[in-house]
Amino acid sequence: MASVVYFSSVSDNTHRFVQRLGLAELGLTAHRIPLRPSEPRLSVEAPYVLVVPTYGSGDEGGAVPRQVVKFLNDAHNRSLIRGVIAAGNTNFGSTYCAAGDIVAAKCGVPYLYAFELLGTAEDVRRVRDGLGRFWQRQSQVPA
Amino acid sequence: MSPTGKIKLISSVQAINWNRVPDEKDAEVWDRLTGNFWLPEKVPVSNDIPSWNTLTEDEKTLTMRVFTGLTLLDTIQGTVGAVSLIPDAITPHEEAVYTNIAFMESVHAKSYSSIFSTLCSTQQIDEAFRWSEENENLQRKAEIVMKYYRGDSPLKRKVASTLLESFLFYSGFYLPMYWSSRAKLTNTADVIRLIIRDEAVHGYYIGYKFQKGLEKLSSEERDELKAYTFELLFELYENEVQYTEDLYDGVGLTEDVKKFLRYNANKALMNLGYEALFPKDETDVNPAILSALSPNADENHDFFSGSGSSYVIGKAVHTEDDDWDF
Repeated sequence: MASVVYFSSVSDNTHRFVQRLGLAELGLTAHRIPLRPSEPRLSVEAPYVLVVPTYGSGDEGGAVPRQVVKFLNDAHNRSLIRGVIAAGNTNFGSTYCAAGDIVAAKCGVPYLYAFELLGTAEDVRRVRDGLGRFWQRQSQVPA
Repeated sequence: MSPTGKIKLISSVQAINWNRVPDEKDAEVWDRLTGNFWLPEKVPVSNDIPSWNTLTEDEKTLTMRVFTGLTLLDTIQGTVGAVSLIPDAITPHEEAVYTNIAFMESVHAKSYSSIFSTLCSTQQIDEAFRWSEENENLQRKAEIVMKYYRGDSPLKRKVASTLLESFLFYSGFYLPMYWSSRAKLTNTADVIRLIIRDEAVHGYYIGYKFQKGLEKLSSEERDELKAYTFELLFELYENEVQYTEDLYDGVGLTEDVKKFLRYNANKALMNLGYEALFPKDETDVNPAILSALSPNADENHDFFSGSGSSYVIGKAVHTEDDDWDF
């Protein structure tokens, strides 16, 4: 079953966004990348879209949370990524949602959507509809 | 501060141990804030002198009034707002983060003076400060926030502080972004962008601590604080609209600024964990302003709403491999 893989810090901002998508109704599952090294590593078995918050800073270094880097450093996990959605804040200027640019470039997958903070109701609607269509199209592509 | 006006001091002091941090967010935000440290003297604002001289007298006056208004807010946040949060802190690490926030707000306040002294005459500066002292809506904005900083509710203080950091500054921040979009005062805009970046971390952190505080309350108490937050937001919004009219009616930008206000009001609410209030068609910020704020923001990152025939791969950006192994 296709899925969404996401990371969220203790602020739970991205977690709440993913909850609001109502993925189960679309037949999709959600998997959270663990926050702490002491937790079991996440290993995925099906294609997924990654939802990643951008860690804001002055430059691009550290924009992708280290837990997400660790997850993607696993070649098997990396082979199953099909797209990326990034969260951020335009206050960070040129590094707004930089995590999306970095993951899309590194993994060669489309940068599907960018949203700010918790995402607005409009963001939730567009991502929900978009993911439904995206996975429908993906299922028609031979593996 | 306590209702008697005396500053409440923390009851006991414990030596801070950064090797045992109960809330990892404290260490993360500390690292981000210190990593983002900057000083206005490093930005070559004097390169803006020729550009400043192209502005009309009205435009110069507007710009100086905007900056004195921002100076007032940063002064409040540096000497009262962020400091008033310290006694409410749960851990010594949270206290340390507030001291960093307070200091940076003082850096922000000073940076406007640094811009003034580079671009304007003493007489112009004095007149702008006098205007800000006499403008009712600016003073009222300060009074509303100060009332909550003096109050006895730690969580209400955090609401007021987050609204200040994430909403009240933006009637002012609009103008340097506007000038920058027209290739004017671009070095000054660089200073303001550094301030804007700091305020994002401040609003995020204080909003996060507010939400942690909410977790300990009953659902009735949480409902009451939510109602309070929206009431305060509306009160400040009404005042902000009038303040915006005072400043921008003369140059015909008021409606454009209001969109920016509502867009940022939504972000302030999100920092506090609430859903955005203003709908999309009331927050469609002028793309030139958004682009001056963040050059990435107007790129089309909505693959979903495309026809679906084009399979756009992320543009190959050069990335540093420091934190990226594969």
